Amino acid sequence: MAEKVMVKGTEAIGEAAIRAGCRLYFGYPITPQSELTEYMSRRMPQVDGVFLQAESEVAAVNMLYGAASTGHRVMTSTSSPGYSLMQEGVSYIAGAELPVVFVNVVRGGPGLGDIQPAQSDYFQATKGGGHGDYRLVVYGPESLQEAVELTAKAFDVADKYRNPALILADGMLGQMMEPVEFPEFRDLSTLPDHSSWAMQGAKGREPHKITSFDINEYVLEQMNLRYQEKYKKIIENEQMWEEYKTDDADIIIVAYGTMGRIAKTIVNMAREKGVKAGLFRPITLWPYPYEALAKLADQAKLFFTVEMSMGQMVEDVKLAVNGKKTVEFYGRTGGVVPTPNEVLAKLMELI
Amino acid sequence: MEYKNKVEIDQERCKGCGLCIDACPTGTLGFSEGFNAKGYHPAAVVNPEKCIGCGFCYQMCPDVCITVSTLEKAKA
Amino acid sequence: MSYKIKFKGPESLSGKEFTYCPGCHHGIVHRLVAEVIDELGIREKTLMVAPVGCSVFAYEFFDVDGTVAPHGRAPAVATGMKRAMPENVVFTYQGDGDLAAIGTAEILHAANRGEKITTIFINNAIYGMTGGQMAPTTLLGMKTTTSPYGRSAENEGYPLHMAELLSNLPGVAYLARTKVNKPQDVLKTKKMIKKAFLAQIEGKGFGMVEVLSTCPTNWGIPPVEANKWLEENMVPEYPLGVYVDKVGDEK
Ligand SMILES: Cc1ncc(C[n+]2csc(CCOP(=O)(O)OP(=O)(O)O)c2C)c(N)n1
Ligand code: SF4
Ligand code: SF4
Ligand code: SF4
Ligand SMILES: [Mg+2]
Repeated sequence: MAEKVMVKGTEAIGEAAIRAGCRLYFGYPITPQSELTEYMSRRMPQVDGVFLQAESEVAAVNMLYGAASTGHRVMTSTSSPGYSLMQEGVSYIAGAELPVVFVNVVRGGPGLGDIQPAQSDYFQATKGGGHGDYRLVVYGPESLQEAVELTAKAFDVADKYRNPALILADGMLGQMMEPVEFPEFRDLSTLPDHSSWAMQGAKGREPHKITSFDINEYVLEQMNLRYQEKYKKIIENEQMWEEYKTDDADIIIVAYGTMGRIAKTIVNMAREKGVKAGLFRPITLWPYPYEALAKLADQAKLFFTVEMSMGQMVEDVKLAVNGKKTVEFYGRTGGVVPTPNEVLAKLMELI
Repeated sequence: MEYKNKVEIDQERCKGCGLCIDACPTGTLGFSEGFNAKGYHPAAVVNPEKCIGCGFCYQMCPDVCITVSTLEKAKA
Repeated sequence: MSYKIKFKGPESLSGKEFTYCPGCHHGIVHRLVAEVIDELGIREKTLMVAPVGCSVFAYEFFDVDGTVAPHGRAPAVATGMKRAMPENVVFTYQGDGDLAAIGTAEILHAANRGEKITTIFINNAIYGMTGGQMAPTTLLGMKTTTSPYGRSAENEGYPLHMAELLSNLPGVAYLARTKVNKPQDVLKTKKMIKKAFLAQIEGKGFGMVEVLSTCPTNWGIPPVEANKWLEENMVPEYPLGVYVDKVGDEK
């Protein structure tokens, strides 16, 4: 087993991508993820990879589109305003069914917002963001170790389904230092073979055409139905979540990412006060683990969603619970991270 | 009748723009009276004997409808 | 005695009928690009990036691997491709709305990086696909559906000269402005397109050919007259010629 090394969050994701076989990175600096862009500019030349600082996030996402059409593993990282700027390209990439891994280190919004950690891009990440009926597989890691594992997984899942994937992190995760165990370097010759569809030159075969459009509405509808079939498979196979002390819990805290991690402390503080709390932590934010969460609706008295936003994921919690039990919410926004004490105080008020 | 140069027009592909007719220096080409399936009066070879095989019509055709050939002695 | 073919459509076209209006220069330029691909023997390694505009289907018309970029972003898409596949030949085909309005940043930076790609730029002084709106290249005084009283310098600024702008960038290895309204110009344009591909193949840098083109439909001028209108109105505004040539002459 490889030993643990101390790394910074953004760099952990960068190294994980390289070990997963990503050799093309296109990005644009924006706090709080610039260290990842900088890391890639150092690392890519060392592994014979390509690092290119684009002129904008618009250019970056389209460079990803081009590089991904050739069947290579590609990645970018950005933060909220930058990810907003990429949305047209994300929609094209989803429509053209290209495997691309995005990292959004979310900061406070809307607008220029601030550079503090936030979870207020959940709607954009999971419900669309760009135009059209499309989905990205979205991962919300709570720790650096998990971020490393999910980065590798994101590449595999993106390749498997020919679908873009998104790591939804936040500035807290990006800036923390933690010991991490990295996987071995992926042997590039073992990466999935995309020669059946990728643009690599029409040598001895019919030309490959990659597009996200058809002017005939019935054909486009068929294309969409095909995407939906794929999404159905992703929903069946790719849901991930963690349950922490839910076995006997009658209060279910629901939180993801950094907030999910903090919520574990809150669960333990509540238990010290004699409140049987547990945590349900979605790891895939799309596909959302609705059924797993719904199962807890029989045993729980109350669901309590905590987010670093004014309440976005809480809508999915309500969908899962489907009116069976009360769903309460607490959140701070604009880059303010709720403290365990304030969340606990709110919880005690509710019961 | 075999002439030295032969110009052929894919009249079904033709959109009747007339650029070939305008470019032809010898008056070999003109519009046909009839319509093609697309509803255009396609270009037609009206004076085949005049063709000098210069290829101007080919160069100007935006729809790649034209082929020009020249009579050559078959190689022994 | 038997007939020998002197002029025939190139192999690198797929054979699909073009979707362009009668007399539209897009078709002439497509054929030239395909002839150049044939002559250079690069069909099997060429990757094409079509734009959003009337030539959105261009990826269907060439017998090479192809895709469609978001409006204006073809140079960025081509950059990603070329960086991933440096041995392949990558070209973009773009209109003036695509390249000179929404995609100004992408073309400028691709050219400035000396990106080893080739760009075919169709300047017809108008937005063809969306029904004849004003382009950055629209002539002063020219009426379009969004400049119904004629383009004025005060309100809309001046026709944008992309070839001149880009010619100052050291990353550019070949750059020319040309036209295809006469057979002699068509032949000249083909040589230029070939050089713009050679700039990439020989690793010298970015290559672009700007082709002054007609849009008979949205100009509201029939094809033959449109060729004359181009000569009389566009050529004086947009000087023809070779702006950058680091390729040199064929040996
Ligand atoms: C982001 C975006 N904005 C606007 C459009 C609409 N649109 C499609 S083509 C076009 C202009 C095309 O003009 P040009 O590039 O000059 O090409 P032409 O049709 O003249 O060849 C516009 C504005 C679009 N498809 N995408
Ligand atoms: S080859 Fe020349 S002379 Fe013959 S039809 Fe064409 S343009 Fe006219
Ligand atoms: S130039 Fe081509 S499309 Fe136009 S009339 Fe002649 S043959 Fe027909
Ligand atoms: S609208 Fe203009 S540019 Fe578009 S195909 Fe028709 S003539 Fe050509
Ligand atoms: Mg145009």
